Amino acid sequence: METTKNHFFSDLGVMLGRSMRHIFRSMDTIVTVTIMPIAMMLMFVYVLGGAIQAGTDNYVNYLLPGILLIAIASGISYTAYRLFIDVQRGIFERFHSMPVARSTVLWGHVLTSLVSNAISVVVIILVALIMGFRSSAGLLPWLAVAGMLALFTLALTWVAAIAGLSAKTVDGASAFSYPIIFLPFISSAFVPTESMPSVVRVFAENQPVTSIVEAIRALLSGQPVGNDIWVALAWCVGILFVAYIFAMRVYKKRV
Amino acid sequence: MRNASIQVKGLQKSYKEHHVLKGVDFEAEKGKIFALLGSNGAGKTTVVKILTTLIQQDSGTAIINGFDVASNPVSVRQSISLTGQFAAVDEILTGRENLVMIAKLRHLKDPHQIAADLLQRFGLTDAADRKASTYSGGMRRRLDLSMSLVGKPQIIFLDEPTTGLDPEARIEVWKIVKELAGGGTTVLLTTQYLEEAEQLADRIAILHEGRIIVSGTLSELKNLFPPAKVEYVEKQPTLEEIFLAIIGKKEAI
Repeated sequence: METTKNHFFSDLGVMLGRSMRHIFRSMDTIVTVTIMPIAMMLMFVYVLGGAIQAGTDNYVNYLLPGILLIAIASGISYTAYRLFIDVQRGIFERFHSMPVARSTVLWGHVLTSLVSNAISVVVIILVALIMGFRSSAGLLPWLAVAGMLALFTLALTWVAAIAGLSAKTVDGASAFSYPIIFLPFISSAFVPTESMPSVVRVFAENQPVTSIVEAIRALLSGQPVGNDIWVALAWCVGILFVAYIFAMRVYKKRV
Repeated sequence: MRNASIQVKGLQKSYKEHHVLKGVDFEAEKGKIFALLGSNGAGKTTVVKILTTLIQQDSGTAIINGFDVASNPVSVRQSISLTGQFAAVDEILTGRENLVMIAKLRHLKDPHQIAADLLQRFGLTDAADRKASTYSGGMRRRLDLSMSLVGKPQIIFLDEPTTGLDPEARIEVWKIVKELAGGGTTVLLTTQYLEEAEQLADRIAILHEGRIIVSGTLSELKNLFPPAKVEYVEKQPTLEEIFLAIIGKKEAI
């Protein structure tokens, strides 16, 4: 195993370069993971925003965390898609029969997911800045936000890996992400949960997106984060842990 | 066989209740073409997957280039390459990028030069910077084969290399396979086409219901049957011969 271990990082780099090319050459991916969330942000701020009572004078500030989560949720459905295609087309078999560090075949996709989602998050934040998003947060809260988003991405990436590796059809590989993309709508991402009917409100207040949104919003506005950040972390780590175990089980069965 | 590149003894593999391989034995000589012949579902792909370290056998041994597939898969992987049933090329990358990627993953010096040489050799230079998704079936197979030759592996596994190809592309693949063996590479190919085995293989083994039922050279196999009788039959051209003659490829036969 010595000889392949030494190549772990160079192999991982090749895998990353490969899937990043896939993203940059796919108009569909770029539109879905960056343009769509930006369009949604424009629509909510300039069309619906005037009618929404979020209890804040800067609705972009209020909205941004939810938009970022939607972008990430759309992004990981493409991770599932790329994994599915690699398994179907025999690319995995080709790599696995070569003297490469085997784990890089899967980790390349995971790393790609982190890098590409980070890029779309940065682009969306830049657009939000133009739209009037302002944050009083210092370096440390920003790092906490970055870490929170990275953890959320990683957790969903392993959920995507389960779907991508076990799906029988292309549609199956990406369908799992629709409920995840929808979660922010039934959370405090767009409007405060106080305005919702009680059943919806109970769901909204106890699902992962609300705590993640609240934590990020508090960090960015320099407010005390309270319990939300711990609840958010627990959700992300929990999902990550369970999804990773299942994904590895499917992966071992598949290869 | 002293000069064996591939030695397989008593290979067994089951998937749940289904006993796919029931004790497969054969040896393939260095620098020769060995054909594993069998109908669909005979277990050919399972044999190839075990020999290329993709799956593990339940029992039996397989030695590739002197290395045991079960205990030393890394050394086996350094000696081999696999061209699977479906052209495993990255469709979003260009032909050149595909080759460069494989050269990098084999940790070779000067991946771009290696890619350029192989593109030239396989007549893909003009299409080198187009996405592989725009290639025809034959071109895709050529790219697939050229990717398998990156780093000059000593043993090449071709799992049904011509399934789904048109006659022209098939003859092209045959030519490449013959050249490879001519250059000292050991080739193990699986096929369900009897003609393909007859055209290419130095040795042929017939895999049937999980066992090798016969193996030998083509003339040895022919000797298993009653001696040839001389009969006079009017020779009609086959449709394939007509097709190839019309499109002007008869020199390739």
